[in-house]
Amino acid sequence: MERLRTLTLNNTFDEHFIRLVEEESGQQISKCYQCGNCSASCNYTFVYDYPVNQIMRLIQLGQKAAVLSSRSIWLCAACTACSTRCPCNIEVTRVMEALRVMSLREGIISIKDVEVFYEEFLKSVKTFGRVFETGLLPIVNLRTGRLTNDMELAPKVFKARKLHLLPSIIKGRKEVAAIFDRFESWQHQKMAHKG
Amino acid sequence: MFREIAYYPGCSIEGTAKEFDESVREICKVFGISLREIPDWNCCGSTPAHIYEPLLSAALSGRNLAIAESVGFDKVMTPCPGCLKALKGSLEAFRDPTKKEDFLRILNMPFEGRIKAVSIVQFLIEDIGVDEIERNVVFPLEGITVVPYYGCLLTRPPKFAEFDDPEQPTSMDRLLGAVGAKVPHFPFKTECCGATYGVLRKDIVGKLTGRILKMAQDLKADAIAVACPLCQQNLDLRQGQVERYRKESFEIPVIYITQIIGLALGIEPKKLGLHRLAVKPNFLFEMSRKGKENFVLEKQT
Ligand code: SF4
Ligand code: SF4
Repeated sequence: MERLRTLTLNNTFDEHFIRLVEEESGQQISKCYQCGNCSASCNYTFVYDYPVNQIMRLIQLGQKAAVLSSRSIWLCAACTACSTRCPCNIEVTRVMEALRVMSLREGIISIKDVEVFYEEFLKSVKTFGRVFETGLLPIVNLRTGRLTNDMELAPKVFKARKLHLLPSIIKGRKEVAAIFDRFESWQHQKMAHKG
Repeated sequence: MFREIAYYPGCSIEGTAKEFDESVREICKVFGISLREIPDWNCCGSTPAHIYEPLLSAALSGRNLAIAESVGFDKVMTPCPGCLKALKGSLEAFRDPTKKEDFLRILNMPFEGRIKAVSIVQFLIEDIGVDEIERNVVFPLEGITVVPYYGCLLTRPPKFAEFDDPEQPTSMDRLLGAVGAKVPHFPFKTECCGATYGVLRKDIVGKLTGRILKMAQDLKADAIAVACPLCQQNLDLRQGQVERYRKESFEIPVIYITQIIGLALGIEPKKLGLHRLAVKPNFLFEMSRKGKENFVLEKQT
């Protein structure tokens, strides 16, 4: 695991990135004075490459590549402890969320498995209108190459009669699929607009 | 008192959190509340939709709120804090002048944004009331120690939740107290359990859920009370995985708060889905059986 990376700040400074993060998250990044409260509140620092206050600092320094390819932004669970405690009222969770959206858009997501999981989840919603838990896990396992992952839980769930063998399909699934379609075209428009 | 309220169960309630649904419905019956499921509701998209873009999440939840509004409801209750977050996100997008237009365009349904979304815990506190619950207890859970675990979404962030204290919430403590349980101060009340990482990262859930279970054990809790399907899954269904990770054994039942309340209201354990929990709350079955006998005896004399 590479924890320490050397950044040559001047070479990688990207001013546009700072503005973009501010715009997408609706938060004023310059207000962060590095008190470290967010990191102190965050339960996930132990798996992060950069603690969340350092992510904030890296944004201030316009370090787009370092931030968008970091593992931290994909391991954040959006628990909002940081937002609750930031003395500058920055909704740090929003910032992390905007960074994930941007990293996905740029295709530099650091943790592929998470992406696979989210993708399959949304496919299920778009197809059935609701998520089909029973069908989701085997596909995710297949695609991420860990076939036996969580399989030991299946008998427990089955015994409690919680396992559905068929997806629950809603009448309005076409309406739901149309929401996805309109969302996608909105996204394309926005991208085209931004260049 | 008879009231009807819109109910958004959410997908996990149809599957792995079936007992949450069963117990919510049972206790609402006791208080004359009729739950009307939002007709043909869809999945809120959960974390994945939110990650892809908060507006997608807002629009998916928007469809559910729009249907509820068109049926004439002004309040929707959901047991799942994750679904609640999505429902509120949709109202937030509607109220944000920079997002409203895009949100409505993606949703493409009439939407007035006047409906309110609350969790089952907020509903129990504000619409039914701790006193009313206490008055209806037929079988107080005396002698049982229960620690309340709120998780991260129920009361945070404060601006969004508009309920209880974000750092030291007391709503679940009060509900548990009302049914007679002993409720020690639980320092990990709002610490995160590892959320959706249960599927992909056993190390994260092992560590985060592990220390919650350990704290509960140190406080000699007979059970942990929860109000979130994901927290329940991590703490209960994955307890074996956590035990392996920590090389320790716990055997602590993790029970939905509505199941605990239901039991005290005299509802049969089976109707509350208590048999569906992975770690069996045997002491409760025992107490419920004895309690019933005592209760019948008392009434006869
Ligand atoms: S808590 Fe707020 S001000 Fe403090 S380091 Fe984090 S983002 Fe910056
Ligand atoms: S929202 Fe993310 S960054 Fe903030 S405390 Fe929670 S896990 Fe950490």
